[in-house]
Amino acid sequence: MYSRAYKSIVSLPPLLWVGLFLLLPYALMFAHSFWLVRDGFLVHQWNLQNYQKLATNPLYVEVLLRTMRIAASVTFLSLLLGYPLAYYLSFHAGARKELLYQLVIVPLWVSYLVRGYAWKTILGSDGVLNGFLQYFHLTHAPVSFLLYSPFAVVVMLTHIYTPFVFLPIYAALEHIPRPLVEASQDLGASQRATFLRVILPLSMPGLLAGATFAFVLSLGDFLAPLLVGGPSGTMIANIVQSLFGAAYDWPLGAAVSVCILLITVTLLFLTERLEKRWSFK
Amino acid sequence: MTSQMALSNTRSRAPILTTYAVFVFAFIYLPIVVLIAYSFNRDGVGGFPPRHFTMDWYRQLFADRAIWDAMLNSLIVATASVVLALTLGLLAALALDRASFPGKALFRRLVLLPLILPGIITGLSLLMFAVFMGLPLSLLTVFLGHGTALISVATTELFAGLQKIDRAQEEASLDMGATPWQTFWRITLPNLKLSLIAAGLLIFTLSMDEIAVTFFLIGRDNTLPLEIWGRLRRGITPEINAISTLIFAVSVALIVVWYRVRTRGLGAEPQDLLERS
Repeated sequence: MYSRAYKSIVSLPPLLWVGLFLLLPYALMFAHSFWLVRDGFLVHQWNLQNYQKLATNPLYVEVLLRTMRIAASVTFLSLLLGYPLAYYLSFHAGARKELLYQLVIVPLWVSYLVRGYAWKTILGSDGVLNGFLQYFHLTHAPVSFLLYSPFAVVVMLTHIYTPFVFLPIYAALEHIPRPLVEASQDLGASQRATFLRVILPLSMPGLLAGATFAFVLSLGDFLAPLLVGGPSGTMIANIVQSLFGAAYDWPLGAAVSVCILLITVTLLFLTERLEKRWSFK
Repeated sequence: MTSQMALSNTRSRAPILTTYAVFVFAFIYLPIVVLIAYSFNRDGVGGFPPRHFTMDWYRQLFADRAIWDAMLNSLIVATASVVLALTLGLLAALALDRASFPGKALFRRLVLLPLILPGIITGLSLLMFAVFMGLPLSLLTVFLGHGTALISVATTELFAGLQKIDRAQEEASLDMGATPWQTFWRITLPNLKLSLIAAGLLIFTLSMDEIAVTFFLIGRDNTLPLEIWGRLRRGITPEINAISTLIFAVSVALIVVWYRVRTRGLGAEPQDLLERS
């Protein structure tokens, strides 16, 4: 139906653009990770030094493991908050469903930075939470371990990703045919059994999509640690950032980035397979 | 009918779940409420409860040249990004929907990559590209970054829009002697109007708020999030609460518009693009 000319006119510009401004930059990142820096200059000499450094220096491994722990905590907590909320909205909210749905979405549009800043003002040692605790005489001196810790990073990121986790789960729950749930109840299954054997398995693709999203985006975050993390909350992307900044070792920074990228792509690939397996079709 | 009865029955039987949902909402809204409340607090951020109402922080904000310059920069970058991302996203969506070419599967994944990868990776890749090409860092590089990364959003939305169009209309137009060009302007584009508006608003908001990619591509002129970032590094000031409250108000206004458009039967998720094409 569409002519050859039509097809080339619509395909060529985006292909060229994406090739030049996306494929080439990602390829450059890859290439840099195999180069090195000598006397402050980039040397285009192919080698595996950067990856060797990463594998042998315990600092990188330690920070990477901490990052994974933080990302896993964020994912777990976002699910813990997001799933019951989605379940409540889908099955128990009745007429208020639409309004409540919008209420979950609204904070998604509030700037990432602004939300991080808000947590900083809440958790700080002269912050709102400490003011609140002392006002009601729950504590007598400021609690200072709240801010500048991995805890603060987890709270901030959980706050940011809960709505993101909620969305695919809610969509999955809404797609469950209600007669299936009724059939399960009519046939004598308890509410618990209905949830565990009908609703939960059918919402699995949504749950996986949300979990992957929260994990992957937390894994590569460098702003939350800078805002509320302090030195003990440093994450792997902060290492990348300092290697590209003050430390000026782009090749090593690129190698760390490639690792983050590989972890991300592997996870996405795995969950895509899992989602297909759980899909209800 | 029975299902509604069943639902209203279960509704009253879930007090724990209802309480839990209220708790989750409280967690989600706490920072936003705190932020807005303290933007009117004379004694600044922190302390409890906020005591003396003042508009001083807003007055200070309106007199702050640097903030408004940064705001203008952000508006320019966001507007230009919308134009670039919509144009290329529309072409990409048409290509994915209608053309077949070698590497199509790869292209589809590549376009979506900035949406899925952490911003730092896309930002640094583009930084290396700019250095490689000898491009000085400026608002132009920020625009290139935003525009290119957000093609993903435009393609996803517009591809979903294209899937809903009735092809017969285009066929009829071509059969009756209209050129492909006329068919595009008179049939395809008008049918995509709502998708274009929805995608445009989304891209605009995302660009206004973008920080991870911008961080590495910024030159001397700041965008608004980077200007706020710079101030946060120096310490906390209620002026930030004031500007955040204003941004929040504008975002809510935009959401209302966005929903007006979206509830007319539109909408797409990135997964849709992967599954349907």
